[in-house]
Formats: sequence, structure tokens, C-alpha cells
Amino acid sequence: LTMPPEVPEEDGRPKWDNKFQYILSCVGFAVGLGNVWRFPYLCQIHGGGAFLIPYFIALLFEGIPLLHLELALGQCVRKGSIGAWNTVSPYLGGVGAGTWMASVLVSLYYNTVLTWVMWYFINSFQEPLPWSVCPLNENRTGLNEECYESTAVNYFWYRKTLNITPDVTESGTLQWWLILCLAACWAIVYLCTIRGIETTGKAIYVTALFPYVVLTIFLIHGLTLPGATDGLTYLFTPNLNALKNPRIWLDAATQIFFSLSLAVGGLIAFSSYNPSKNDCEKDAVTVAIVNSLTSLYASIPIFSVLGFKAMTGYWDCLDRNILNIINEFDLPEESIMRQNYTAWISFLNSSYPEKIAGLKLKSCDLQEFLDQSVSGTGLAFIIFTQAITLMPGSQAWAILFFTMLFCLGLSSMFGNIEGVFTPLLELQVFKSTPKELLSGIICLVSFLIALCFTLASGSYWIDIFDSYAGSLPLLVIAFFEVFGVAYVYKIKRFSKDVKRMTGRKPNLYWQMTWKFISPLLLLIVFVAFVTLQTNKPPSYAAWNPKYEGFPMKEEKVYPPWVVFICVLLAALPCVFIPLGALFHLIKQIRRSSDLSFVPTQVFSCQGANS
Amino acid sequence: YAWDANEEYLFKAMVAFAMRRYSSKSTTQISNVLLCNITDRVSFWFVVTDSSKNVTTVPGSEIEAAIRMNRNRINSAFLLNDKTLQFLQITSTLSPPVEPSTPVWLIVFGVVLCLIMAGIVFLVVGGIRKHKKKNKEPTERENLEEKGEVNVTVENGIPCEVLDLKAGHINGVFAADDERFTPL
Repeated sequence: LTMPPEVPEEDGRPKWDNKFQYILSCVGFAVGLGNVWRFPYLCQIHGGGAFLIPYFIALLFEGIPLLHLELALGQCVRKGSIGAWNTVSPYLGGVGAGTWMASVLVSLYYNTVLTWVMWYFINSFQEPLPWSVCPLNENRTGLNEECYESTAVNYFWYRKTLNITPDVTESGTLQWWLILCLAACWAIVYLCTIRGIETTGKAIYVTALFPYVVLTIFLIHGLTLPGATDGLTYLFTPNLNALKNPRIWLDAATQIFFSLSLAVGGLIAFSSYNPSKNDCEKDAVTVAIVNSLTSLYASIPIFSVLGFKAMTGYWDCLDRNILNIINEFDLPEESIMRQNYTAWISFLNSSYPEKIAGLKLKSCDLQEFLDQSVSGTGLAFIIFTQAITLMPGSQAWAILFFTMLFCLGLSSMFGNIEGVFTPLLELQVFKSTPKELLSGIICLVSFLIALCFTLASGSYWIDIFDSYAGSLPLLVIAFFEVFGVAYVYKIKRFSKDVKRMTGRKPNLYWQMTWKFISPLLLLIVFVAFVTLQTNKPPSYAAWNPKYEGFPMKEEKVYPPWVVFICVLLAALPCVFIPLGALFHLIKQIRRSSDLSFVPTQVFSCQGANS
Repeated sequence: YAWDANEEYLFKAMVAFAMRRYSSKSTTQISNVLLCNITDRVSFWFVVTDSSKNVTTVPGSEIEAAIRMNRNRINSAFLLNDKTLQFLQITSTLSPPVEPSTPVWLIVFGVVLCLIMAGIVFLVVGGIRKHKKKNKEPTERENLEEKGEVNVTVENGIPCEVLDLKAGHINGVFAADDERFTPL
């Protein structure tokens, strides 16, 4: 009895309530914290508008083809990543296991970043904001020394939040406030993923759309701040000379790749819940374009606010100099203003050069303030929080900002957890466990393992995980994904499957990118990436109050056992690929030596459904 | 406001007031406070003379202590603060920030956690109930099917239900013929 092809699948697999939910989930998964705090930084350091050129080239030749590949695969096979790759070719089963492992590692540390966001969120309900003032020292004669030497925002981040140790080897103790926030974060993740896409599908409406609302609010407010235009012109002024630096091409390629959350199996999981006759080509292009546009859209308020902060810093510098001069020369108040500062300085320098030299005035340069570029957690928790304290109504802005960051991260966590959850559900062992129990176990175990990140040295470990587990293995896995589909499964068969799903054969662009361009690009990026990492011994910047250059961070080298862990993290997901192939090869050899040899069926996409 | 002779008078009065409060002898007059070297910047030196002992100035440490005690009053008289009205060599003791008994963040955290727990409990209980309902339904259906099999009546070896399907259908040919007969 063969089912007519028009009848929708009745295999009891959960499905999306509507197409919009699916698209929103993919967009939410792709749009994450990196869109907000990595893309604007890259734009800034790589010559502003000029960065968009390699970015869009990478999007066209690397991002969209890989995205289409994953979505089409998941939709066709209708299984999670492990089952999907097993279906493509039993030798590629290791790729699925590798993506599953990568998903696990990323979920572990990603939620700890959300813990920090939550900590800042619940601290935003105070007046004044705790990161805007320095606490007093013990005998109340002055401000706390560590805070005084650096800034209040630095102190709150490094001491009050992380309670960081000066070295990665000193683990310190578990920070109980971070444990509480971590528990709350994992509870939220459990609440939203408790029944798989049934519950995440409802939650995604809020977590995927709310950040856009907040970004718009920040955009409108940011553009009204003084200094916003300076920040924006600085960001977007193209410097085409920067294109000559190969680093910009590498950064563009890696940014697109990691921004789209490829090779972690989450996208395959999402599209496996789709009906078979869904246009995955349009979906892929839509998700990729929305992701890139969001990055661009987010960089505008970020840079308006950063321009505002630079302007305020510049004004503060000027005001301090003016005060010193007025005090020294006993001039009346308001005789020197910011506007005529330069005129006064040149006049005074010509008439009393020794006095001016004796004052040791700092040179105030707006460019210098704008040049202070940071990405990652530094941008969100240090720079941006400082800018928020300068705005009137800072509590409201802080609450909005951190809720937005939380929603961005949470929607990406949904994808990560689905990448872990869906393949496990399909394993024989877990066929009978209720979904609520399985997701509960996943969240509980992840919470317990992630407790290590709440140690005093936790943030160093998060950097390690981010640089080694969340980057290199994904490139390797993606290469084998494209290679596997294009050369092991064969492009012709895949094109036929895609035609069956979308109704039209993938055109020349897809064929070229899947067969040649994307694998080649991935190989080049991988080689360049490894070369850059191994160029110098892996080092990190430690926050050490006893360092002479404090508040600058101290450059330290990782001890050998930490380097070993880094290599292990990078190798762990990758090693599944050859192991999987080897395992299957051994099974084949054993079966061929067995007399009752039955030729193994080669599955095709259609075969998996009937 | 502009700094003029009236403001200077007020300043002298405040210093005298501070001295009186500190040493609690009411002999310091406004005339005992002398200002000198007044600049446009509005900075000056001042001394407090002691009228009881002729032409001697009160030691600086006493004045410092007096001003430190009444700093707040002096500041508010001029609508200034420690930063804008500076006494050189008198460092201000900073007031500690207000610390509520329970840190605010714990309260917010408690609220957030309660909401999350409520949501989880609701969903888990709902899931368990759905599971129980699903387990009951198949067993109910099985019971009905068993009853149905027992009650099937058989006639001529053909179950009644099948006969019902064949019987009772209007045979179109006969219906058409009926109309040929004139109604009585």
C-alpha cells in the first residue's frame, strides 16, 4: 500500500502551527547576541562601510548555500541531525554526532552569558544604578581603590558580577549569586522547551519580535543624543583601503558563518518539523537576508549610543582641562568654554608655556574616544552600561536593553536545545520517555555542568569555549556537510529531492555553490583560521588589580593543561566524523564476512518517508 | 549668581556660625573673619581672629574641624556642594550609599523565579493530565470494540449490518415505475 504523494505526512511528528512560526524560529536562532555586539565592532575596525562588501560576498557564496542545504536536508529526511546524516549516508553518521556534540558544548556556555544578562537585568531596578557609582573603601575616606583606578562600570563587571581571579588557573569559589541566576536561566529554558517546538513555537513570538521593538526604540532615542551623528559617520564611512587586508575577508566569512548558526544541527531540527512540500529555497534566502539586515539595523543604535558616549567622554576631558586652567590662572567662571578652548590654549601656551606644561593637561581628541572599540561582553556590560548611566531615565533604558539581550540569546538557545533534543528523541533508548522528562534531564544536566562557569575564573573558561568549541569544529563539520551532500549523496539526487519539495530544480547558482564554491571557501577559511590561531601561543587578557599597568589587562599565556583542554574542545566534535565512518566500515566488513550477506539499502530522501 | 560683597558677607557669617557651633562660645563675630586675595575665579584666603586674645588668629586645625562639622550647612547656604565649594586641605568624608536591608536584586529575582516556577508546574501538570487522558482513551475504545463484536447478530450467515447496507435502498427503476400508476 503506497500513500499518494499529496497526502500530508501522518507519522505523528509534531509540526509547526504555521509557516510564520517556523520562519520566526529560524530567524530567532540565527539572530543572536553576535548580531548586536560583534557585527558593529567588525564594521568599525575594518573600515566601516567597506566591510559590507566582503560581508555580502560571503553571504552570497557561503551563508545562503549552506543554509539552504541544511534546511532542505532536514525537511527532506524529517529527522534530527543524527538521523538525517545517517540517512544521507551511513558513513556520514559521524557528522550528525559531531553536530550534536557541538550543540551540547555551545548550549553549555551560551546560557552562562544569558546568566550575566539576567544578573544585570535584575540589578537595573535600583536607583542609582549599581554600576554608576563606586563603593566606598573600608574607612570611608575615599572610593574603593580597585574601582577608583579603573571605572565604576569595570568594577561592577569584574568584581561584583564575575569576582574574577587574576589567572585562569586560580579557580576561586562558586559565586552564589551567579548560581541563582544560572538556575533561573535554565528554568526559563526548560519552561520554553519543555515540549519541544510546541512550547518554543509559542515563546518565539515574544523572544524573536521583542528585540526589534527595543532596537527601534533605541534607534529613535539614540539618534536624538548628541554625538550620535559622529558615531554613525565614523562607523559607516567606507575606507576602501581596508579591503586589501586579508583579515577583513576572513572576518567577514567567519562572521557570516557563525551568525547564521550553521553546523549545529538546530536548523536541521527545525526544518524536520516542516511539511515536505515546503519551499525551503525561499525560506533560506529569507532567513539569511533578515539576519544580515538585522545586523545592519542593530549597528545603528549601537553606534549612535557609542558616539554619544565618546562625545560625553570628550566633553568631560575638556571640562577637566578647563577647570585646571581656570584654577591655575584664577580666571573667572565660564571664561573658557568648550568652543573657545583651543583658542585659549594656544594663547596661554604662547604667553605662559611653563605653567601650561606644569598642569600636565591630557590631550582631548574625539577620534581617540571613538577609536575605543570593543566587541563581545565588553561592549554590552561595560561600554553600553556606562553610556546608559549618562542618559536620563537610565533604569528604564537598562531594563529595556537587558531584556532585549536576554530575548536575543534565548531565541538562539531554543535552536541549540532543539539541536540536542530532537536527535535524542529519535534514539531507540528514549522513544518511550515523555518529552517533559527528557527536556528536564537535558536542562538539569546542563545546569550542573555549567556550574563550572560560575567559578571566579568562569569568564576565562567561557572565552576558551567560545574560541575553541564554538568556532573551529563548526567549520570542519560544515565542510563535511557540503562535501557529503555534494559528493557522497551526489548533487543530482539532492537536486531531485529539492525539486520534489519546492517544485523547481535548484538553478545553476545552487549547483555551483554546493559543488565547488562553498567547500572551497570553507577550506580556505579553515586553513586561514588555523594559521592565525597557531601563529602565536594562545593567550588571554587577565584582570589583575595588582598589575602595574592596571587598569589595562595583563596579557598571559595559557598553561599547557589549559591548551590541552582547548585542543580537546576543538577536536571533540570533529573526531566523531572519522569515528562514525570507521564504525560503519567495520560493521560493513563484519557483515560481508558473514555468510548471510544482505546488501544494504541505499536510502534516498523519498525512501525515508515511505 | 554673581559673587559680590553680599555673598562675601554671607560667607563670613557662615564661618562665624561654624566657629560658634564648634567651640560653643558665642564670642566670634562676623568682623573676626577676614578675607583676602579675592580673585575673579572666586577664590580667596580667609583667617579667623580671636577677639579675646588680641590680634591672634585661631589655629587652622580648629577652623578645619569647625568647617568639617558644618560643611553641609555652609554648602546649602550657597546652594553648592562639596565639589563646587572646595576648601583646600579639607577632604570631605563621603556619605555611604543607602543600603536597603534586603538587596533589591534579590526581590526582583524572587519575583522572576516564582513566575518561572508557576509556568513550569502548570505545563508539567498539564502534560501529565494529557498523558493520563491518552492512556484512558485507547482502553475505552478497546472495551467498546469488544462489546460490538459480541452483539453482532447474524442472519443467514451474513451479519445484519451488511444486510442493512444492501436493504432499504430505493431501487431507482421501481421508483420510476411507481409514477406510472395513477394515484387513487
